[in-house]
Amino acid sequence: MTTTTLATRPLTAADLTAHRRAFTQFLGDVWVLTKRSIARIRREPETLSDVTIQPVMFVLMFAYVFGGAIGIPGGGNYHSYLIGGMLGMSLAQTAPGTAVAVVSDMETGLIDRFRSLPMSRAAVLTARTIADLLTQVIGAAVVALVGVAIGWRVTGGVGHAAEAFALALLFGYAFTWAGVCLGMVLRSAEVAQQAGFIIFLPLTFISSAFVPTQGMPGWLQPVAEWNPMSSLAAACRGLFGNPNPASAVHAWPAQHPELAVVCWAAAMLVVFAPLAVHLYRIKAH
Amino acid sequence: MSETPAIEAEGLVKHYGKTRALNGLDLKVEQGTVYGLLGPNGAGKTTAVRVLATLLRADGGQARVLGHDVASQAAAVRRLIGLTGQYAALDEYLTGRSNLVMIGQLSRLTGRAARRRADELLEQFDLTEAGPRAVKTYSGGMRRRLDLAASLIGHPAVLFLDEPTTGLDPSARALMWDIVRQLVADGTTLLLTTQYLDEADQLAGRIAVIDGGQVIAEGTPADLKASLGGQRLLITLAEKSDASAAAAALSPFATRPVSPNEGGQILDIPVAAADGLATEVIRALDAAGVKVTGIAVRGASLDDVFLTLTGHRAEEESTAGLPEEVAAR
Repeated sequence: MTTTTLATRPLTAADLTAHRRAFTQFLGDVWVLTKRSIARIRREPETLSDVTIQPVMFVLMFAYVFGGAIGIPGGGNYHSYLIGGMLGMSLAQTAPGTAVAVVSDMETGLIDRFRSLPMSRAAVLTARTIADLLTQVIGAAVVALVGVAIGWRVTGGVGHAAEAFALALLFGYAFTWAGVCLGMVLRSAEVAQQAGFIIFLPLTFISSAFVPTQGMPGWLQPVAEWNPMSSLAAACRGLFGNPNPASAVHAWPAQHPELAVVCWAAAMLVVFAPLAVHLYRIKAH
Repeated sequence: MSETPAIEAEGLVKHYGKTRALNGLDLKVEQGTVYGLLGPNGAGKTTAVRVLATLLRADGGQARVLGHDVASQAAAVRRLIGLTGQYAALDEYLTGRSNLVMIGQLSRLTGRAARRRADELLEQFDLTEAGPRAVKTYSGGMRRRLDLAASLIGHPAVLFLDEPTTGLDPSARALMWDIVRQLVADGTTLLLTTQYLDEADQLAGRIAVIDGGQVIAEGTPADLKASLGGQRLLITLAEKSDASAAAAALSPFATRPVSPNEGGQILDIPVAAADGLATEVIRALDAAGVKVTGIAVRGASLDDVFLTLTGHRAEEESTAGLPEEVAAR
């Protein structure tokens, strides 16, 4: 231990960012914290397994194990059908990961430290969601690549395909804010993991993500048809030019899947983003 | 004399359900001093620090840091303070240096200044070698040092240290004490909570003893010890059966009533300091026919102060408040 007092140069005005505008400071804080999440991924790439290995496994299992048993009303190749649904699942299911990350930051006291600093309070959560959006971009690319490998093709044009990916990422980003809220109200990473599973499993499977809704019992069909996951799957299938049996369903979201996705995402952002910020402010149990 | 106090709290109240974690807490800490908040688990120390560091809103009362209200001027307060909690608040996956740079930038330093301060602090805290390693490879003592370094990166005027040495082994603890003493020499105002009496005694210029969310005694360590009549008399008896006779013989010296079975073979009795005390005591015991194998006179420890004030020892669980960990979350 160096007990001799070290010559520390005192801080001068040039060392401080206090003169910068609030919004510039906010962007700076978001950047610093986003870099932090990216650094974590670079040190432990296995944290990306839920957007890399997992979707590959799901695609292969559905394509080669269950797919043969799933008929598509109106005909069409199941491999082509699958990818639109897989995209939604892969992105939405990063939300439990967001919740776990938020809970761990609370548990280690890091969030308390952030709250005691003269930094922007909205930056902590914004940076979290931006870092998770970046993982979602990776997730979407993985799904597309494995899709191409099993024979999925885009036949609807590049513009429409880009629109489909944009919708999927918007949808995934909205789910990230739900994940932040979940992380704020749960007490441990284990609970967050379980809660994520309990919420996202039915959300994914009671939808047209993997199976057309037409084959479901009558009472379940409306639930599946109004599930945002079905809207995203239908929107992507339509835009990619893939088989889209939802177009034969009369429910409003099935007929207007793109608008439905935008509405769902907007609704989720309007509810969960302010709620997350509110929970962050009052967090003091 | 009219200098603004570094920390001022008046009648702070905080409820957790039916439990009052803070029950009218008053504090005044002058600039450039070290102030110890001493109390058992659940006494309200952490809650008090969280209110003062703007993490928690009090249900009643008010507090100011260097004149800024912690509730209505929280942003101004955050520019002045540093906080080191009970658990190292660091990103496990980042390197030690990256943690410091990150906290520095979030403390409103430019990237360049944050990197310079990070390197200074790593050297000062003997972590230069560990700097490029991920924090999860650090020992408990290293984490605490890095955590403390992180709270110093923006040169805070007022630093809160919540139980800085809880859970550390004696050598890591001694190292933390050295660091704290250095900080004080640099003029930082320090509010330190501890459940260790020797720690408060060693580091703090003034101490508030807290129990049940209130300050039950306040003063310099010497004041607090003196308030007990100064000294303790320790008598070791040859025969345990002589205890009540010895207690009776010692009663005239004691500053509080001595119970007949004061503790078996060793009697520990608070006495007023006086010349020739030991001689007088031996005479009185001899006259009572009590055989003594040892006698010692020592100054009262803060432990004695605590026991006298609260009726329980400092390092016991308090039955009153809620566990500190609950309060801390």
